[in-house]
Amino acid sequence: MNPKYLQISQISIEFPTPKGPFKALDGVDLTIAQGEFVSLIGHSGCGKSTVLNIVAGLYQATAGGVILEGREVKEPGPERAVVFQNHSLLPWLTAYENVELAVKEVFRGQKSRGEMRDWIEHNLTLVHMDHAMHKRPDEISGGMKQRVGIARALAMQPKVMLMDEPFGALDALTRAHLQDSLMAIQAELNNTVIMITHDVDEAVLLSDRIVMMTNGPAATVGEILPIQLPRPRERLALADDPEYNHYRHAVLKFLYEKQRHPTGH
Amino acid sequence: MSPFWQRWARQLGLPLMGLAVFVMIWGLVADHIHTALGTFPGPVAVAEQSDQLYHEYEREQQRKAQFYVMQEQRNAQMLKENPSYQAVVYPYTGQPTFVSQVGTSLVTVLSGFILASLIAIPLGIAIGLSSNLHAAVNPIIQILRPVSPLAWLPLVTIVVSAVYVSSDPLFSKSYLVSMITVLLCCLWPTIINTAVGVAAISQDLLNVSKVLRLSWWTHVRKIVIPSALPLMFTGLRLSLSIAWMVLIAAEMLAQNPGLGKFVWDEFQNGSSDSLSRIMVAVIVIGLIGFLLDRSMLMLQRWISWDKKTALR
Repeated sequence: MNPKYLQISQISIEFPTPKGPFKALDGVDLTIAQGEFVSLIGHSGCGKSTVLNIVAGLYQATAGGVILEGREVKEPGPERAVVFQNHSLLPWLTAYENVELAVKEVFRGQKSRGEMRDWIEHNLTLVHMDHAMHKRPDEISGGMKQRVGIARALAMQPKVMLMDEPFGALDALTRAHLQDSLMAIQAELNNTVIMITHDVDEAVLLSDRIVMMTNGPAATVGEILPIQLPRPRERLALADDPEYNHYRHAVLKFLYEKQRHPTGH
Repeated sequence: MSPFWQRWARQLGLPLMGLAVFVMIWGLVADHIHTALGTFPGPVAVAEQSDQLYHEYEREQQRKAQFYVMQEQRNAQMLKENPSYQAVVYPYTGQPTFVSQVGTSLVTVLSGFILASLIAIPLGIAIGLSSNLHAAVNPIIQILRPVSPLAWLPLVTIVVSAVYVSSDPLFSKSYLVSMITVLLCCLWPTIINTAVGVAAISQDLLNVSKVLRLSWWTHVRKIVIPSALPLMFTGLRLSLSIAWMVLIAAEMLAQNPGLGKFVWDEFQNGSSDSLSRIMVAVIVIGLIGFLLDRSMLMLQRWISWDKKTALR
């Protein structure tokens, strides 16, 4: 396992505004090992999504850069698959066709037609969507849409999976289901994942490390908390686990004592 | 009343009542308008005249059939007398009838509209995709868009006469002039609406396309066109209704043997029947315009991915 698989190296970004440049990030520095699950947590507006977008290649850092497996990231690409917050499925395609669009682009010339079909179905089965794979997004629930979004990202066999608050828009029960699914998939595939979240429990439950960001403008990495809970992790058993609560408390303390939201929310 | 009958009463009864009231008012008002060609035609006169126009069409069809039978007989006769005789078949050149004029109008408007759409949809997509192209082309579109068909027509007429010179023309000049005028006037709504639809694609879907590194063509086919489709059809429907309105004016002036020429000829003719014959044309023009719009709507329903959206 490569300990310096993904290097986010001193990235800063400025956005032009009518009142002059706005510095959103200042010197964000983070090294992620292969197979590691890292959460970014922080108050809203602190630039978590901006970090993710720079790793995805959708934004260009003003200073610093991102290196994945020894190569600099300059543009978006399927080896850094993104699971978007609002699923971003094409509404005119079925679940199957949405995954197919990605698979056809990534494995063109590498997989035969039949292999592609098996691969698409395999990934939809992995997220428990095999029963509804020929339904369009408007015919399935929010949680199911997000499952398809995850299947689409997994099917690209990315080097890094970038998840932008993937469960933020879901109700608590559905969210718990999807977190469990994600843990099971992660145990099997051991992907490298960066996940943005607002949810302290979600961060502690899923992550190998939690990266806590300071408030913007000019946000940066505040603290990094390694989570050394053994896997597989059981949501119910952990509820009374003192170690779990210790981690939880550490994150809460960072968010609500050291980085109180500037507007007081 | 059961809900079933209530629904029928609303959907069929109310429109019929509205129609009845309209016909009554028409009849009453028409009786009080006295013109040089007699009183303005009421519903009864117009109904009689439409029947008359249909009979004229049937009679003309009979004459045409008879003409060809006689021609064939004559040729057979000549061939019998002289085996080396080269049979010549002359086409029937009778008066255009109301039905054939409707046909000419439909062919003209549809060919102009389809040609315009073939230009407008790709152009609209290109303008929507590139803000530079939009900035370059938008002033031209905004200036040409409000130009009346009556201003285009003389130009088109003269250009067609100069450019389309052929001893054995495939299309008549009057057809080309009407069709090109229709084309010039109905390009704009499709261009503008397609461009707006393309430019309004959600950023999320654009990001998906970037992450997947979709090729330009796949991007257009899988993301741009489906998301612009509703507005594209809004544009197409506006274009078709403009095309139909422009056509009647264009045919009047270009003397293309369609409904426009029918109205113009009746106006020049000035017989006691003329007004009611024009009224028949007015009603037919309205009905065809309505049916054209409905068929576009049906096409949209057939192509559109979103069957749930109520389309009006």
